[in-house]
Amino acid sequence: MRYMMFVVTDPEAEEYVASEDTIEEWVEENDRRGRRVLGDRLRPVEDATTVRVRGGETIVTDGPFAETKEWIAGFDILECEDLDEAIEVAAAHPMARFGRLEVRPFWPFEE
Amino acid sequence: MTGDPAPDSVGRAGVDAAVAAAYRSDWGRIVATLIRITGDWSLAEDCAQEAFELALTRWGRDGTPRTPGAWLTTAARNRAIDRLRRASSEAFKLREIGIMDELDAWADGHEHDTDIEDDRLRLIFTCCHPALPLDARVALTLRTITGLSTAEIAGAFLVQEQAMSQRLVRARRKIKNAGIPYRVPSGQLLGERLPGVLAVLYLLFTQGYSGVPNELADEAIRLTRLLARLMPDEPEVTGLLALMLLQHSRAAARVDGTGVPLSLEEQDRSWWDRAAIDEGVALLESALRRREPGGYQLQAAIAALHAQAAAAEHTDWAQIVQLYDQLLLRHPSPVIELNRAVAVGMLDGPAAGLAIVEALAPKLDGFYLVPATQAELLRRLGRAEEATERYRAAIALAPTEAERRFCGKRISGLGGGSATRRTP
Repeated sequence: MRYMMFVVTDPEAEEYVASEDTIEEWVEENDRRGRRVLGDRLRPVEDATTVRVRGGETIVTDGPFAETKEWIAGFDILECEDLDEAIEVAAAHPMARFGRLEVRPFWPFEE
Repeated sequence: MTGDPAPDSVGRAGVDAAVAAAYRSDWGRIVATLIRITGDWSLAEDCAQEAFELALTRWGRDGTPRTPGAWLTTAARNRAIDRLRRASSEAFKLREIGIMDELDAWADGHEHDTDIEDDRLRLIFTCCHPALPLDARVALTLRTITGLSTAEIAGAFLVQEQAMSQRLVRARRKIKNAGIPYRVPSGQLLGERLPGVLAVLYLLFTQGYSGVPNELADEAIRLTRLLARLMPDEPEVTGLLALMLLQHSRAAARVDGTGVPLSLEEQDRSWWDRAAIDEGVALLESALRRREPGGYQLQAAIAALHAQAAAAEHTDWAQIVQLYDQLLLRHPSPVIELNRAVAVGMLDGPAAGLAIVEALAPKLDGFYLVPATQAELLRRLGRAEEATERYRAAIALAPTEAERRFCGKRISGLGGGSATRRTP
């Protein structure tokens, strides 16, 4: 099954420790095992742009609302046997400690 | 249809009883195996339901088969095959042939008993998966494994049937959509998941124990018994079963003739179920021999000390306080601290208990057992007026009518102030 894993910042998580950030090993391990299809880090909310079309008019605004302390900092697309494997992959990601991860199944094409 | 109809026709009541007994022994097994083979939770439950409905009419007409379990398995298998044939489309043909073969092997009894046991274990772990909300885990466990109807589950948890039905639909949908596996976790994951399963079972038990008149406590014991049989090497499972049996042994003595709860001191101990106590103690001892103590074993040990005291004044409070200390090391919780305070009040006198409760009170703001415990300790100190005031505070916070009446009765017993609600 294919899952989107959002990497989310979390003010209640542990303080970030750069020396304990094992992201390279995580990527290497899951790429090697074919469980990570694609993934990347994203620029912060300040660099985001919101686009809406209302009454035929395109409205472009800065960011989403910036007061939130929890924002999506990155993502990985996972290919796993089932949810338990996806949970195992997510739990090994350093941001499970320093933030949190949200694992969501893809909506299959045929449905 | 296979099965061996007995020649003599039984009465309506006999048929109902036979179907009810088969429901208890075979529902979970049939649903569990249908889910594994077809991967379809709704289909599995519907087919099992139809098989039992068919049994009600057929057994009434032809007599109860000699092997009701086999009869029901065949009936459920046939329902499943019918449905799959009707729903069949080219895309699913190949997969379906495999499913049909497995269904046949199952109904013909070619599967090993261990497969069937494994199916039920898988079902328990899937129903209790942490990715499902807690209320859905409880509801799904009851509906799928014990076969309680949606209306019965809704009644036990005091919610509308429609809402309960929605909860079950959402849970089944999430299992499918999110890819929650139908599997007993292995290795380290088993250790991580088992406490969640035990928590669901204990929640079922306490819900059945909390005054709502229903059979949840019995169902919880039955399920835990099954789990303990399937996982004999897990002492916490055995410990939980012991805890339930020891607590349940007092069921008949817990309330007076008008439904007001009785304290341990007030209960008539001759009403306690000796067989349940003996079994609970034996299970606890076998669990403790593995030397992997855990929260349920410790709570069971406390319950065993109460159960084994011939009279309230013979209770070994010193050991109970020690066990609470061990429990708190593992599971720090203000509610357990409150229970410990009661035990300290019995061991070192009410003033010592009261001091602990006073210090705890801010952590348990709004919890009715805080003023109720203070009241009890004040009563024993002879401070009747303060005790009355605390019982009144407890009445204002108590969640059930029975608990309010318990406090009201205590106020009457103090003689001082008048009770808000006197019992006849």
